[in-house]
Amino acid sequence: MKTCLVVDDSSIVRKVARRIVEALGFHVIEAEDGVEALVHCKKAMPEAILLDWNMPVMDGFQFLGTLRRMPGGEDPRVVFCTTENGIDHITKAMGGGANEYIMKPFDKEIVLAKFQEVGLVAREEETAA
Amino acid sequence: MNAPDYEYLRKLLKERSGLDLSADKQYLIESRLLPLARKAGLSGIPELVQKLQGGSSALITSVVEAMTTNETFFFRDKVPFDHFRDTIMPEVLKARAGRRSVRIWCAAGSTGQEPYSLAMTLKEMSAALSGWRVEIIATDLSQEVLEKAKAGVYSQFEVQRGLPIQMLMKYFKQTGETWQVNPELRAMIQHRQLNLLQDFSHLGTFDVIFCRNVLIYFDQETKINIFNRLARQIEPDGFLVLGAAETVVGLTDTFKPIADRRGLYKPNDARAVAANAAAAPRMAAMAGR
Repeated sequence: MKTCLVVDDSSIVRKVARRIVEALGFHVIEAEDGVEALVHCKKAMPEAILLDWNMPVMDGFQFLGTLRRMPGGEDPRVVFCTTENGIDHITKAMGGGANEYIMKPFDKEIVLAKFQEVGLVAREEETAA
Repeated sequence: MNAPDYEYLRKLLKERSGLDLSADKQYLIESRLLPLARKAGLSGIPELVQKLQGGSSALITSVVEAMTTNETFFFRDKVPFDHFRDTIMPEVLKARAGRRSVRIWCAAGSTGQEPYSLAMTLKEMSAALSGWRVEIIATDLSQEVLEKAKAGVYSQFEVQRGLPIQMLMKYFKQTGETWQVNPELRAMIQHRQLNLLQDFSHLGTFDVIFCRNVLIYFDQETKINIFNRLARQIEPDGFLVLGAAETVVGLTDTFKPIADRRGLYKPNDARAVAANAAAAPRMAAMAGR
């Protein structure tokens, strides 16, 4: 089973994200900020990381930069999931090594579409109308 | 909803749009028409039906539009767009290398996600299309839907369903909470109001026709009629793309499926079919002589 690390300082968002990502067939671990997320990544690299931007201690963007320089840190597919919905933030995130970007609020459909986009979830046969 | 009201709406929709609702679609009518009735200041479906029977043509138009508008999103089902890029366009590039032009018709263009997805796909291969004339015509029954397609303005939700973030960054401009398709992409598409039940020969002939998730609402006879008329608007070596739940098989031999390319069809050479049919008795007669 693939692992997804959900990084968000809001326990409510983590709970919602966990439910969605588990339904997509992932084992979920949680982190409250970038530093905690790095601890998890040092132990074992997850296949997927759903990453908030604004968090105390270490924000998502700093975390991403550190992750991508770690051994094996190129491997996880990183999907930002943040209220930052400006093109400047999106450009910065994608330039910083993110694979996809979700603008909150999000739902299951959006997470599924983005996970499919980066190859974390296989596409089903075409959906019937 | 009472039975006579349902029957009345079914018949009205059939006549006006070809929409063929089975006997058990009350929920669909209620979910789409109740909000419309409320918006018009009516108490509910019975009063709506009364008004319709009174002959309010504006209301009839809104009812037809509300019932025929379908959910859509960018790169819906993904696979047809992969086929478009990997199978259809390479063949078109070869076959039309002489005249260097390609005409594409989105026959159920809806709110624009499909034609814009095709336009983005073409932009991504613009090196190969340099110097080509590219025409995309998007048609829909509903004027309201066409206006939205033309404006190319989408909510944050809409641009996150099926649209890769790289495409969003490249082809959209953010204005407040919404995203608008950039002018260059919008200029690639002509939007026209069209009812598939009516004559569409004035549109001319096309290399590619996308006609997805609209024929499923029509009865068999109407489907056959539309297929036969589509066949006249498509180049002999052109492509027809249908939705996942749709097929020509068992309905018409004017198109044939392409093996291993789900949803893709090519016109059968109608003249050859007709000629063979005409030739067969003659051949038999000759053989008997």
